[in-house]
This record gives sequence, structure tokens and C-alpha cells, in this order.
Amino acid sequence: MTKIVRETAHGDAIRFSLFAVLILAMPVWLVPFGAAYPDLMQKFAIYGLFAIGFNILFGLTGYLSFGHAAFLGVGSYTAVWSFKLLGMNPLPAIALAILLAGAFAWVIGYVSLRRTGIYFAILTLAFAQMSYNLAYSVLTPITNGETGLRVLNSDPRVLDHMMGAGEVDGPLVTNLFGMEMSGLPGFYFCAVWLLIGMFISFRIFRSPFGLMLMAIKSNQNRMNYTGISTRPYALTAFVISGMYAGLAGALLCVTDPLAGAERMQWTASGEVVLMTILGGAGTLLGPMLGAGIIKYSENIFSAFNEQTLHNIFGFLPDGIEGAVVSVAGLFVGEGWHLTLGLLFMLIVIFLPGGLIEGGHRIQAAVARRGKGGGSGHQAQPQAAE
Amino acid sequence: MGILQVQNVNKSFGGLKALNNVNLDIEEGSLHAIIGPNGAGKSTLLNCFVGRLRPDTGTVKFNGRSLLGLSPHEINQAGVARVFQTPEIFSDLTLLENVMIPALAVRDGAFRINTWRRVDKQPDVRDRAEAMLADVGLADKRNDHSGNLSRGDKRRLELAMCLVQRPKLVLLDEPTAGMSRADTNNTIDLLARMSEQHGVTKIIIEHDMHVVFSLADRITVFAQGHPIVEGTPEQIKGDPKVKEAYLGGAHV
Repeated sequence: MTKIVRETAHGDAIRFSLFAVLILAMPVWLVPFGAAYPDLMQKFAIYGLFAIGFNILFGLTGYLSFGHAAFLGVGSYTAVWSFKLLGMNPLPAIALAILLAGAFAWVIGYVSLRRTGIYFAILTLAFAQMSYNLAYSVLTPITNGETGLRVLNSDPRVLDHMMGAGEVDGPLVTNLFGMEMSGLPGFYFCAVWLLIGMFISFRIFRSPFGLMLMAIKSNQNRMNYTGISTRPYALTAFVISGMYAGLAGALLCVTDPLAGAERMQWTASGEVVLMTILGGAGTLLGPMLGAGIIKYSENIFSAFNEQTLHNIFGFLPDGIEGAVVSVAGLFVGEGWHLTLGLLFMLIVIFLPGGLIEGGHRIQAAVARRGKGGGSGHQAQPQAAE
Repeated sequence: MGILQVQNVNKSFGGLKALNNVNLDIEEGSLHAIIGPNGAGKSTLLNCFVGRLRPDTGTVKFNGRSLLGLSPHEINQAGVARVFQTPEIFSDLTLLENVMIPALAVRDGAFRINTWRRVDKQPDVRDRAEAMLADVGLADKRNDHSGNLSRGDKRRLELAMCLVQRPKLVLLDEPTAGMSRADTNNTIDLLARMSEQHGVTKIIIEHDMHVVFSLADRITVFAQGHPIVEGTPEQIKGDPKVKEAYLGGAHV
């Protein structure tokens, strides 16, 4: 629930520090989960950013966009073009991606925000699908169509050549003033951006601007009769979330300098909606949590194959084992989206406020039990808001 | 010259003439009630004041400035606040937040990206909102969720949201509709007290005669889109045309 004037705001410094420690220490505490390798942790950070930005539009302002993958795609293409033309330094690529995704979001938002509710969602979906199809057809000179856009040794890379780093043997890797953006440095580069994005999200949530966005979600009619022009507020939220998506798209290319149109497909737009709702729309930390869980389960379940299933269910008698494995096989590997769908249904039905709400319920139950026992034990304040 | 001047206003919906040559002059500082049977055009008139509807002909001037063609938020920024038939509040937010939003709208205007200072670090706005909540008797509920309030308390909150803006004119559309007798009396007390303290001009549309006669300085009676009588409560009480409009009003 949104409660920003209340005492919760006072714990922000602690909450943010805890979050920062958790993110920066991921290479340590993710080891027992088998998730402490840079590629996956980078994905957590990048999709976390995507969801945090999306939450400013959807969670705070109440506008459900089904087209945010378009901004992710714009960010990716911009970043790769920056690598090709300017050089492999990620900073100009990120700056340009944020700016261009923001501009693109302004145009799409300006048109789509003439409608609300389902019509707004359909408009954004239509725009995103148009972008996706354009990337495959007319825009092939810019996007390189199905092959995807990649950096070639023959590209100008003006800045690289000026710095005398133009000639490279082997594949081109992004580097921050000589530090290669792969492995752990690559993860920490993304993590720093995640922390910046999270910090800005905290500021927006607690600011008068954020309060206005929540009020738009709560009662747009009252806002109009309260002297507030709601559309510029909603458009600003839309552009901000588009910029977050652009940043996430650029970061995806920092780790792997390749941009393809499938990044703009509607399934990618749907995924960020799932992440936000799964974690808790309108909460500060929910979207990050949702992004982490979805990317982690994708990693686990999509890696399963028939052999792993046979190993797991090996203790069952042969006939039953075969049946169980063939049923379970539907939910893993290529079919892991089925698992995701089930998980999502369970959350929406039993925990409409997302996992953060679940956390709050457990916290409340523990606090009640603690008081009932007379031990005076207070529930530990959770990292999650 | 009144604070709100309405001249020759007509409004039709298809073949239906909702407002027929309406002239009104609202005196500054008064509480002016508009009464009349269902379908007399009272709500249509109110919607013409706040920018929801645009009259076909005529003028609506507030403090000498035309309100026609302005959007609702511009009219509010000019100093006109509105209370709805069903209280319109931000039911996901706390009471304090509900009252801070209109106060911020006065300080920061219709649109401003204000992210540098936190909401709870804006003492000017916060103090004003808390004082206003205390004024309507909701101070001890200020951190509660406004969605859980009783109908009467929601009305108080909505009034606080309007008055915190220090408007020059408040429009009230049946403020006691659907309320219990106790809540109605509370609201009357509150409105009377607000008139004394804030001296705001009020236009009130009401069905409840008890409310009208206990509060109004002047009353205009509407029938079939047209004001038929205007006067003090005493004058209205005895007027045969009013009785006809309410009881035997089926004339052509």
C-alpha cells in the first residue's frame, strides 16, 4: 500500500543501504542458489531496472502499458550504434540510449495518454508491435533485420581510434576506459546503474511529484477538480519509465553487443508486467524482487531437460516415472513459460498485492504471535517495503 | 456586482432544453442555494460553472473573467472548488495526503515536477493540511486510510480538501445526499461554521429543504431549465409558484 507521509519514510536510508549491500554482495550470497555467476546476476540487475522504471508508470500512476519492450529495443539499438560509430565505451552508449528511448517514449506517450485503461494498454501494445515489425522490415538498414545488429571490426568507432585503441584482435568487447565489461566488472557496472535507478525511484516515491502520480491512480476526476493538469504528470511518468527501459536495453548490449528485434516482441512487454505484479506493483522493492525471481526461475526451469527429470524422479517405479516425467517435461525447458503462468495465476489469485504483501502478512502474523507469547519480541523490519 | 455572473445561458441536449435563458448573480460571501425538482437543470448549470459542460449560448463570468472554454483544472486554479454528490476523495491515500494534494496544487500550480524535497519535509503545506483536518474534526485520523471512512467523514474530508485551497467560491452538489439525519446535521453545522470562519461564497444544490432553509442566505428555484423565483428563505417559503413547481408542476 502507498503510505508516503507516514513513518515508513523514515526508514528509507536504512532500507536503501540494505538494498545496496544485498545487490553488491550478490556474488557471495547467491552461491548456495547456484546463481552467483556474472551473466545471471547481470540479468537480475538489468531486468530489475526495467521493472523499477515500469513500476513508476504502472505501480504509481496506474497506467498499464503493454509496449515497454519497444523502449528496451530502442535502447539496445542505440547502444550498438554508439559502439559502432563512437567506440566500445559504454557511457556514451548509455547516455544516448536513455535520451533516445525518452524521446521515443514522449512521442508514444503523447498519443497513447489521450486514453486511459484498456484503450491506453491497447494503444501502447499497437505501437510496440509496429516498432517490432518495422525493425524487421523497413528499418532493416538501421536494425539489420533478422540477423540482428552487431559491432564489426570495420566500423568507424571514432573515439576508439582517437584513443589509439582502434585495432583489436578477436571479438570486440565493451570496455570502460580499458576495463572489459565482462565477468564480475560487467556485473558491478550494471549493479551501480541499478543502485542509481533505485535511488531515483526512492526519491520519486517520497516526493510531491510521486504523491501526485499516486493521486492520479487513485482518482483522476478529483485531480482535475483540484487544479491539477493530470496529463503532463502521466506523460512525465511515461517518459521516465521509458528512459529506465532504454537504460536496461543499453546495459543488455554492454554485456553482449548485439541487438535483435525479438527484444521488442510483446512477450517481453508482458514479462515486465509479470515481474512488477509478482513482486508487488506500487511498492518500492517489489519489482526488483519480481524481476529476480522470474529471471532466476527462467534460468533454472529452462535448463531442465528430460535427463534431469529422470534423475529427480528416478526413485519412482518405472511406469509411473515415465508418466511423471512426461507431464513434468511440459513445464520445463522450452515450456517453462507454463510454470511462469501457473506461478503468476497463484500470485494474482491469492496475493494480489504481490510477494511484498505476502511478506507483510507474515511479518504481521509473527508480530501478533510475538505479542501473544508475552516475550515482547518484535518482528525484524523487513528489507522489503 | 456579484462574484459569479451568469447571463443568458442556454444548453440543449438533442431536443431537450436543459437550461433555458438562465440569468443569475451570486453575491460575494453569501450562501446561495439552488433548488428545484428533478430534471430542472440544476446539475447541468453547475457543470457549466466548472468546465465539464460548455453552454450553447450566454456567458459565465467569475470575478469578471469568463470561465467558458477553460478546463476544470484551470477553473479550480482560478479559485473555484467543487464538492461532489458522492464524495470524490483519494481513497487509496491517507487523510493527510488527501488534504496535502490540493494544498500542493495551490502552491505549485497545475504541473510541477517537484522531486527534490520529500513530501513530509514540506512544513508549509503539511501544517496547513493538518490545521485544516483539525478544523473539520478529523485530526486524529490523519494517518488513516481515507477509503475506510464513513460517508459523513468522507464528506468532511472532501470539504477540507476544498477549503484548504482557500477558494473564493465553493460549489456543493447535494452535499447531504444519501446521508443519515445525524450526518446531515453534522454537515450543516460544519458548513455554517465554515461560512463564519472562511467567508467563502457558496453555491449549494440541494433537495433537502431542511438543509436549504437552515443555511441559505438566498434561494433560487429552478423548474424546467429556468429560474422561476429568487429570494430569501422567508420569501421562498410562502411563494405559490414554488409550491406549484414542486407539487403540481405538470403544466406546459
